[in-house]
This record gives sequence, structure tokens and C-alpha cells, in this order.
Amino acid sequence: MSSDAMAVQTAGAADRPWVETLHEWVTTVDHKRLGILYILYALVFLVIGGIEATIIRIQLIRPHNDFVSPQVFNRMFTMHGTTMIFFVIMPMLFGFANYLVPLMVGARDMAFPRLNAFSFWLTAFGGLLLYFSFVGGSGLYGAGNAPDVGWWAYAPLTSRAFSPGHSSDYWTIAVMVSGFGSIGTAINIIATILCMRCPGMTLSRMPLLAWLNLVMTAMVLITISPLTAAQIMLLVDRYLGGHFFDTQAGGSATIWMHFFWIFGHPEVYILVIPCFAFISEIVPVFSRKPIFGYPVMVGATVCIGFISMSVWAHHIFSIGMSSYSNAFFVGTTMAIAVPTGIKIFNWLGTMWGGKLIFKTPMLFCIAFLFQFLVAGLTGVMLGAAPFDWQLTDSYFVVAHFHYVIVGGILFAVFAAFYYWFPKVTGRMLNETLGKWHFWLFVIGFHLTFDFMHIPGILGMPRRIYTYEPGRGWDTLNMIVTIGTFIQGIAILIFVANMIISYFKGPRAGNDPWDAWTLEWSVSSPPPAYNFATIPTVASRRPLWDLKHPEDPDSLYE
Amino acid sequence: MANGFKPEWGVVLSRGVGVLVILAGILLAAGLCIASKSGQAPGNPVPSIFQTHSTPADHIVRLSWFVLTITGLIFAVVGTLLTYAVLKFRNKAGDLQSEPAQVYGSTQIELAWTVIPILIVVVLFLATARVIHAIQDAPKPTSAVEVTAIGHQFWWEFRYPALGFVTANELHVPVSDPAHPTPTFLKLLSADTDHSFWVPQLAGKTDLIPNHPNEMWMDPHRTGVFLGQCAQYCGTQHAKMLLQVTVETPEAFRVWIHAQQQTAVQDDKEAAGRRVFETTACVDCHAVGGTNGTGRFGPDLTHLMSRSTIAAGAAANTKENLRLWIQNPDAIKPGSLMPAMQLTDADLDALVRYLETLQ
Amino acid sequence: MSAIANPVTQTPWRLPYRGKVAMASLIIAESAIFTIFVVAYLFYIGKSLSGPTPREVLETPIFFTICLLSSSLTVHLASRSLEHGKRGAFLGLWLLTIVLGGLFLFGTGQEWHRLIYEHGLTISTNLFGTTYYSLVGLHATHVTVGLIMLTVVLLFGLAGRVGPEQSARIEVLSLYWHFVDAVWVVVFTVVYVVGR
Repeated sequence: MSSDAMAVQTAGAADRPWVETLHEWVTTVDHKRLGILYILYALVFLVIGGIEATIIRIQLIRPHNDFVSPQVFNRMFTMHGTTMIFFVIMPMLFGFANYLVPLMVGARDMAFPRLNAFSFWLTAFGGLLLYFSFVGGSGLYGAGNAPDVGWWAYAPLTSRAFSPGHSSDYWTIAVMVSGFGSIGTAINIIATILCMRCPGMTLSRMPLLAWLNLVMTAMVLITISPLTAAQIMLLVDRYLGGHFFDTQAGGSATIWMHFFWIFGHPEVYILVIPCFAFISEIVPVFSRKPIFGYPVMVGATVCIGFISMSVWAHHIFSIGMSSYSNAFFVGTTMAIAVPTGIKIFNWLGTMWGGKLIFKTPMLFCIAFLFQFLVAGLTGVMLGAAPFDWQLTDSYFVVAHFHYVIVGGILFAVFAAFYYWFPKVTGRMLNETLGKWHFWLFVIGFHLTFDFMHIPGILGMPRRIYTYEPGRGWDTLNMIVTIGTFIQGIAILIFVANMIISYFKGPRAGNDPWDAWTLEWSVSSPPPAYNFATIPTVASRRPLWDLKHPEDPDSLYE
Repeated sequence: MANGFKPEWGVVLSRGVGVLVILAGILLAAGLCIASKSGQAPGNPVPSIFQTHSTPADHIVRLSWFVLTITGLIFAVVGTLLTYAVLKFRNKAGDLQSEPAQVYGSTQIELAWTVIPILIVVVLFLATARVIHAIQDAPKPTSAVEVTAIGHQFWWEFRYPALGFVTANELHVPVSDPAHPTPTFLKLLSADTDHSFWVPQLAGKTDLIPNHPNEMWMDPHRTGVFLGQCAQYCGTQHAKMLLQVTVETPEAFRVWIHAQQQTAVQDDKEAAGRRVFETTACVDCHAVGGTNGTGRFGPDLTHLMSRSTIAAGAAANTKENLRLWIQNPDAIKPGSLMPAMQLTDADLDALVRYLETLQ
Repeated sequence: MSAIANPVTQTPWRLPYRGKVAMASLIIAESAIFTIFVVAYLFYIGKSLSGPTPREVLETPIFFTICLLSSSLTVHLASRSLEHGKRGAFLGLWLLTIVLGGLFLFGTGQEWHRLIYEHGLTISTNLFGTTYYSLVGLHATHVTVGLIMLTVVLLFGLAGRVGPEQSARIEVLSLYWHFVDAVWVVVFTVVYVVGR
């Protein structure tokens, strides 16, 4: 335990000036520290985005409420969406990938450590830029304001005529800059996985987490770039008088929608595939069985990656495409349900016949499975274009994608926190607090997002700062808001748990979960150089082989 | 396992998960039922997508129930399997030393859970494609009523080009008798940003996009007032861009058309108010037939009093609201593009009295 | 950790070079960006509400296209020479590449000058101007970046710091340059063949 990382994290502050510690963290190129920076950064924005969500929900608790003005409400949902997607989930998942991928493939660092740091600081700068809009959005002549064009910023609402000042520019540039950071990190992770694996770790022996991150980063390359291109076009329009999205000069508003969703839909899978990766690592360990159908899992993920590039227009069924285009996108959208379903079945197959241990990470995984199932099925409903003509842009679709992003992604992220926190800090998270966190969050989540489907079915559109009484929406909205507060309390318990456990938690040891992948073979936290000698592996579960020399996996693969 | 493990917790937790998830499923189902029941009674203003009164919306409801049934069955099957696995395979007390049988996969099972979903998807796709075709490619009969709907920040303009008049926010259409169909075909345009026309009980939503004309249709088979609102975020007051469709008998519809085709009432008693209207900025944005007001940025006021609401449904069309709206629009709809008119009290009263004559 | 080792690994453990993998990834990302600009260009062909049109003002830059495409060959030969340790040939061919790339950039500048001052076509004139300057400008930006990197290598080379041991890195840079050329083939086809 004489490693640098340990020293800094536990005792360092005591015997070194804090400036030096700070300097070390700011200038670090170590993948583990950058991973932690990513995750902490994401947690800060999670709290900010959560506060924005709470403001939205308080405003909607009853009809004709006037907690905030329409202008503020519109900024809140724009900032909430942008923050949660670009500055919470993306950096969170990149943080985990940064931390875990080199450890799991048996490498000492990422392929390009300095590019790694550069990418992180780009992303960080993007987030700061977005929030600086509160100060600088109107320029020098007035009080600031944040972007209010919605997180997908449809043209022509973003044109100079409808969005004067700089608020939209902050949105554009912040998202673009963080996009450059994402592309940098994606390149880095791909190079790490392809070029830095330890001896013996063929592609077919990689942990699923590495595989799924490989697919995810490949998708980042192909789908973040169109967003960047569209943002460049928007800047050309706003600053150079271009006409890409200028409907007065023959430009098209719908082409922005296409460009945005060519990014936007695969983005959902970019976010969820690393979460599949967490589930695929955690469920086997707490079922005491290897993942069921490893090659099928890899194949299904690659399949999802490909199909997800061809489904974007199901977000814009209502813009009046031809019936043939609509039918095409219905087909692809429904098709993607197949590989996604296969993944759920394989997790089920992993649990089947195992010995399930209900530690907090596993609880979050099980809730993930149920909730992701529901999210997938409401997704199929939305994929049926005529049904979508009723449901899109209503609260049903808001409930649907929060089921994906909160019920799926956030639950998986929490599972990952409880699972890898011991590795990162060397201390266990408190199980009792963890269970409080889990149950409160589950209850709050279901109160909020189960009930949110119904106002959509009853005709309540999204993005309205207030609504008319007597349309059957009042009670439902109140329940939704109550659920929000319960989720907020759960998040506070989670944060408290992390802080308390960081200082007071029991020591974790190298391998608290009796797990099988390489990161558990090194100390917790791992030394700066990860592995004293680079390991050599012979199967997908090197630590299983080590613990069961009489019956190693390498005999069966 | 190295750490202490309390099996009782496991039982409680696993059951809890199962129960909670089943509860969630029931809640969702109950919600759908409530949703489908509300809005049934005439005059009930809940715009439920399951209480439909027009062919395109009916098509959608039938498809929706089909999709809901299939997805519901999938949820029941997979949810049961998951719950069963969670309950059945939880680790029993004192059984921590040995590992379970290590199973790596099974080609047959993988094949089964690939092929079955593919078959389901094919069925869903075909059912959906049929409904898309039925709604989108429906022929326009010669008896159809044609209306051009233009979205504005934050109100609706309805033009009846064949009949030669313009109105706002409250669309009137005839009821359509299956024997003699008189469906309404809407041409959808936008004057500024994107909007979306959504009256759930009559049809699915279609967006109004600048420089991208769209079309939709409805053939209500029941008279009544159906509510909806703009469903595509269009700016500050997107929330108060409400919409109502009045479905009338053919006779009532003809009477309404005839009334709308007249120029504005000329009541000499309110000449003062009319002078205020004609000599202030009102005329820059608003039109009143037979006056010098020909503006097109705001709603046509020729028959203002034939409408039940003002400010795109944000307030009832009463004298007090009208006065407040002219004096300080932000009090009713903050962020609307109507400016506060800065009139003296006397002028304001005269103007309101004049507007009230515009039957 | 050596305990995990298994005597299975008899064959030497070889993995791809990270520089090449990273450049390939970057090229994929860049291709996606160009694809969107190309799609926008194609989508807006003939949709301008006012003139000038491409047919009226564009002239096919055949000479400068030949310059750029042949620079792909010279950069390839240059990195080949370096691999074989022929530093002189490397430097000469490298310099030739820069000259050819520079000529191309000059050609683009000349065309823009003509379009702006003779035909009054700017980025805000019409949809053609917007899409043309954006697409060609995006490509020219990539040529500029490539030239800067090539020049840096040239300076190092003149200082005698580039030897065969750097040939893998030089190969990565030449990959980028090939990409820039390949993109020009697409841009050329779209703008000067399809778009007129």
C-alpha cells in the first residue's frame, strides 16, 4: 500500500500542502485519477441537473402554478436535458471506462495518457461554458440567461431572429467542445482496447465491459461527429449569415432534426451500452456463474450498434415523412428490440441456476432488468409510428426515456458505484445506507415515472410550463412531483454514504466480492502503475482460473 | 464469500423486488385503464387518446390496443421469469462455500429467444405498416373541407381558402357521416418556428414546420368540442397555445360559415372605439374586415365575438379579460408577442366596447 | 500475478500499433463529419432562392486537383524511403508533398477570391454559397492542418531528428494526408461534377 494513489487519497492531504495535491490532480495523466475526476465532475452536475428537475416538478405540481416564469421554466428543461446527457451520463460512463478498461485488459495506462487528460479538460470546460451562460447569455447589455431552446434545439428556434443574445451559442459551443472531448476519449479507449491488452487476452477473452466499451466508443466516433458537423453549420448560420437552417432563404428546418437525431438516437445506445457492460460484469459475480452466452452478448451488442444508426427518424414521425420512410423506420426500430431482448434473456440465463446474493449492487441490477424491460416495451409502442403520432412530444415519451435513462442507466451506474467503490477507494460502501438508498430511489422512481406515462396518454404535451385544470392531469402531476422529492432524498443518502464510507468504511481488501476479472487482482486502490508485472491470461475469468485451478475456464472456451 | 452475509435479508429483499415490480406493472395497467375510461362522457374535457371520435384516431386506437396487448404479454412472461429467477435462485442460508454449476451458454436456447422475438417483430411491423398506409395515403374525397392551418408564436390561424374567410384558434369542422363523408383536410404551415397540431381525440399529431408544408385529415363522427394544444416546443408561451375543434352538424356548420363570410358589423354607436382601433398600432397586426386593419401578424378579429376564448385559449372571451389583455398581455400570457397598448382608460373602454360588437 | 499465467501462450503476443489505430479512428470520425456536410450540400443543390448558381460561376480546378492527388503519392514514397533509411530522398519527397499541398491551397484561395470579388458570392449570399464555402472550407482547413504537421516534420527532418525509427509515426501522418486527398475526391465529385 505504498503506492502514490493510496498516499494521495488517504493520508496525502495531511503531510503535503493542499496546493501540491491539487496541482497533482489537475496535471495528472493517470487513467485512474482522470476516471475519478470524470466521475466527480459528473456527480456535481448530477446534483445540479437534479435541482433543475426539481424546479420543473415544483412548477408543475398543480395547474396554473407560478413558482417560476415561463422563461425560467424553458431554461430549466433545456439545461436539465443538456446537463444530464452531456455533462452527467457521458462523463460518468467515460469515467468508469477510463478507470476500468486498462485495469480489466491488463494495461498500465491508457494508450494516450496526455490525450486522455486533454479530453477530460475539454469536457470539463464544455460544462463550465454551458453554465457560464447564466452570466453571459445576454451579452453585456443585460442580465444573463441560459439557453431555452430545448436540448435538441430545433431550427429555426435557434436562429438569430428567435434566439437573440448568446444563450444558444453557449449551448452550441459547450456541446461541441464536450463532443471533441468525447471523440478524444473514444479514440483513446479504442486504441487502449485494441493495442494494450495483456498477453493471452485475445478479443474473445476480453471482459464484456471492455467489449461493450469498444462498441460504444466506435459509435461515439460515428455519431458524435454528425452533431459536431450540425453545430458547425448552426454557428455558420448564426455568425456568418449562412442559410443551412434558414427557412426564409430556402433552408430546411427538418434537416436539422435529421442531423440531430442521427446523433441523438445512437447516443441513447452510447449511454446504455456501457450500462449493459456494468450489468454484464456485476450479475455474473452475484449469481456466482459466468455470463450466459458470451459470444451472443458480443454479437447482440455489435448488432445494436449497427441497427441504432438506422433508426433515428422514429423521433420525428410527426414531421410528415412519406409513408414509406415511416414504415422503414418502424421496421428498423422494431428490429433493434430483438438484440436488446437477447441481452435481457442472457442476463436472465446468467441468473438462472445461480446462487443470487442480494448485495446492493445486485439489487440495482435486478431493478435495472425490470425497468429496462418496461422501457424497452414502451419503446416498441413508440416505435409503432401511428401510436407515436399520439404519444410523441407528450408526457408519455418523457416517461419512456426517463425509464431508460433513470430506470436503466442511472440504476446501472449506481450498481457500478456500489460494486467498484471498494476498488477505487479501498473502502466498502455502507450496506444499510445502500439499501435505504435503493428502496427510496425505487419507490420515488416508480411514483414519478410510472405515473408520468398517464398524463401523456391523456393529451398532456411536454415542455409546457403550466397546464389547464380539469383535463385529468392534476392529481397525476402531483404524484409525479412527490416521487421527485423521494428520489432527491435517496440521492442525498447516496452522497452521504459515499462521504461517510470514504472515511469510515471497512477496508475492502483486494477482492471483496470474490470476483473474476483482472482489476480485483491488484490492491484497492490499485497502485499508480496498476500491475507490478503484466499479467497473462488464459480465459475470460482469469481470477476464476486462479481460484479454481482444478477446473479452470480455459478448458471450456 | 468473504464478507458476512445475512440470508434473511436476501429473502426479504428479493420478495420485495418482485412485489414492487408486480405492483409497478399493475399501476401501469391501471393507469392505462383509467386513461381509456376518462373522456368518455360528452362534455368531459379530458383529451384522452383512447376516447376517439374520428377515423385516423380510431385506427390508431385499434393499433395501440394490439401493440399494448403484445407488449403486455411480453412483460408478463419475461417479468414472471425474472421474478421466478430472483425468488428461486437466491442463495440459501449456509450455502456459501460451493459454487453453482458453471454454465456458459446454450445455442438452442439462444436461437429460441432470437427467433421468437423476430416473429413478434414481423407481426408488429406488418400491423403498423398497414395503419400507416390507411392514415397517410387516404384519398381526399371531393366533398372534403379544406382548411389551411398556420402556426404562429403562439396562436393558430385557420384559413378556409375555398370559402374566403380567416379565423383563429377555434377550428370549426362539420361532422362526417360515413354515408356522405365530409372529412376535413388540413394543410399545415408555419409562420415562424415549429409547432404541432394535436387534438388527441380526432387524430395523431402532425408538425407545422416553416418551409415544409404538411397535411393531415380528420372526419369526426360526433358533434362536440374537442381540446388539444400545440405539442412541439415553439418558444416562451408554448404552454398557452391551446386549440379547440368544434364539430358541428352540417346545418350549424353552414350557418357558421355564412356568419364568418360577412364583413365586420358596423355599429355607429361604437365609432369612437373603431377610431382607436384604426388609428393605433392595432392595425399593424390585426385585421377587421371592412376597416383599414389588414395586419396578419395577429389573429383576425372580424368575428372576434364568435370565439369563446382569447389569447389562443389562455383566457375566456369576457369583457374584463379583453380589457386586461389589451392593457397588459403579460398578465394573461407572459412572453406573448402582443405588446401592451398604452391606451388611456377612456380609449381602452371605447376599444373594448367596439371589439364587443364584432359578432 | 504470474500465477495466472498459463503455458498456452506459445505464440508471440502481437498487437496493432496504437498510433495507426488512433488515426484510423480519427479518420472514421472525420469521415462522419464530412458525410454530414456532403449530405447537406447534395440536399441543397438547386434549392437556392437567388443566384449565382454553381453552373454560372464554378470552374473545375483540374490542375490543383492533380497537385493534391499526386501529393498522396509523394508522401507515400517519402515514408517508404524513410523506412529504408534514405533520409535525403525522404526530405526531398516530403518537401515536394508540402509544395503540392501548398499549391492546392493556393488554388482554393484563388478560386474563392474570384468568386467573392468577381461574382459576389459569399457564404451568406444564398444556399449554394453557404454549403459551398462550408464544405470546401472544411476540407481546406484539413489541408491546412495537414500542411502544418507536415512542415513540423520537415523542420525536425532538416534538424536531423527524423530517422527510420520514426517511420511508424510518419506512416500515421501520411495516413492522415491520404485521407485528406480521398476526401477531396468526394468533394470534387460532389461540387464540380454532381453539383453543376
